[in-house]
Amino acid sequence: MHPALSVIFFTVTSGTGYGLFAITCLYNSISQTNPLGSEGILLSCGIALVLITFGLISSTFHLANPKNAWRAFSRIRTSWLAREGLLAVLFYPVAALYMVTIWKDLGGYNWLAIISIFAALWAITTIFSTGMIYACLKTIRQWHNALTPINYILLGAMLGGLIFLFIVSIYETVIAGLVVTITYLIIIAAISKIIYFFWIGAPAGPTINTATSFTRSMVRLLDVGHTAGTFLTDEFGYQVARVRLIALRWLVLLFAFAIPALVLWVGVTIMPISIVFIIAIISGFIGVMIERWLFFAEARHVVNLYHGTQQC
Amino acid sequence: MKLGLVIDLDTCVGCNACAVACKQWNTSGTTGPLTDFEPYGKDPTGVWFNRIRNYEVGDYPNSKTVHFPMSCMHCDDAACVTVCPTGASYKREEDGIVLVDQDKCMGCNYCAWACPYGARELDREDGVMKKCTLCVDRIYDHNLPEEERKPACVMTCPSHARYFGDFDDPNSEVSIISRERNGEQLMPELGYEPVNKYLSPREKKNVDTYINETKSIKAVKDWVNRLVSR
Repeated sequence: MHPALSVIFFTVTSGTGYGLFAITCLYNSISQTNPLGSEGILLSCGIALVLITFGLISSTFHLANPKNAWRAFSRIRTSWLAREGLLAVLFYPVAALYMVTIWKDLGGYNWLAIISIFAALWAITTIFSTGMIYACLKTIRQWHNALTPINYILLGAMLGGLIFLFIVSIYETVIAGLVVTITYLIIIAAISKIIYFFWIGAPAGPTINTATSFTRSMVRLLDVGHTAGTFLTDEFGYQVARVRLIALRWLVLLFAFAIPALVLWVGVTIMPISIVFIIAIISGFIGVMIERWLFFAEARHVVNLYHGTQQC
Repeated sequence: MKLGLVIDLDTCVGCNACAVACKQWNTSGTTGPLTDFEPYGKDPTGVWFNRIRNYEVGDYPNSKTVHFPMSCMHCDDAACVTVCPTGASYKREEDGIVLVDQDKCMGCNYCAWACPYGARELDREDGVMKKCTLCVDRIYDHNLPEEERKPACVMTCPSHARYFGDFDDPNSEVSIISRERNGEQLMPELGYEPVNKYLSPREKKNVDTYINETKSIKAVKDWVNRLVSR
């Protein structure tokens, strides 16, 4: 699949935003004392909303006809893209409700707990829907599995968690428990990504034989029937050398997981705390951007079987 | 009604007439124009609803070249329709034709991602997705004589490799022929239930092929032939 920069930026940035918002809400509802104060929570939520908004604006750049984009909310009964769009837009009033509750200190502890968990679930459901846009496609085996939405949620929560650590560190210095939690989150995300890398390596899915209905003999493409590229070859024919993909996988593991986990684990004791978190955020962001690029570049659409691939 | 095509891979000669006829009809039809980019330039490309690929099936000497025309399969369980967020892609209840409402399409390519057969092509000039309409503006045109109310590809096929009809009617030409010759779906494992059926080449006796003789008399003959021709 051709990796579109706007879509990569959208999934990473808004995923981070929803992750940050969810973690802020959950942390605030779980912790008895509120180390951030309402100002810190509002700052965190504000940053999350900026990230979400940038991501959503970026997502419209890959539309060939954006003037019809408003219609995209009309098929929520069948389309994950419509569901994602609707959840993303309706998240704003939910976020506003939560932020007003914090700002004006409305309601009691119970109301706050309910609205925080509601907003956090809404944010996670939205990342889940982003993942399901890809996971529901039977034509792309590398996406059509449960690990896709899980990865989206874990990576969004991981990056959001790193930013949240930084925000907390502005207000509070004793955050050992939170650092440990986020480090575990990074490890879980890394494990799920490694499983994914192994999983997509196993040969399965449609072959040139089922694509042409000649299942009892060898089939080879002689001629694609067009002399220049087409929309299909541009969109689905994108190929990267295997060696390069493997190298990029190592970069993902290094930047997205190894460096952030190490600087969190080791760094908090030896370096100034804000620098540690900034390194972790930058490294994590670079790593996840590469991860998302790979997610597209490694995906093989079955239409390639008609352009010479033997197995997808 | 369940309208669709049967394509006989035995008689198709790969002449591309169906693709050209399709381009001609639809570029001036309801979905047209089907834009071409750099038509006289170095890298000409454009929107086509029909594409013909050529495959070699089997191993030499018993292999066969198969010409493989493909257009929209008008799937019973059309994923392109379910994934469409705007409702621009729809499948008609009355005859099962899958169409794109170009006034609603936002060009997100999601339907093209969902289609395993490459039936959808984005018109990068208009910014909307375009696809085979089964010549819906032809098959219902009452100004045309009855026998011409067929898709342009079927009308034009010089080797009569394409059949058009209603699969819901067990006595229609397409139902009978796909039943008798075991019409097959492409990539049935994906479960989209494509309506169009493909007929595999008929079984034929293998043709004798020239194989090098190893007898010693052959070596003498070859030597003499070489000597004479010199």
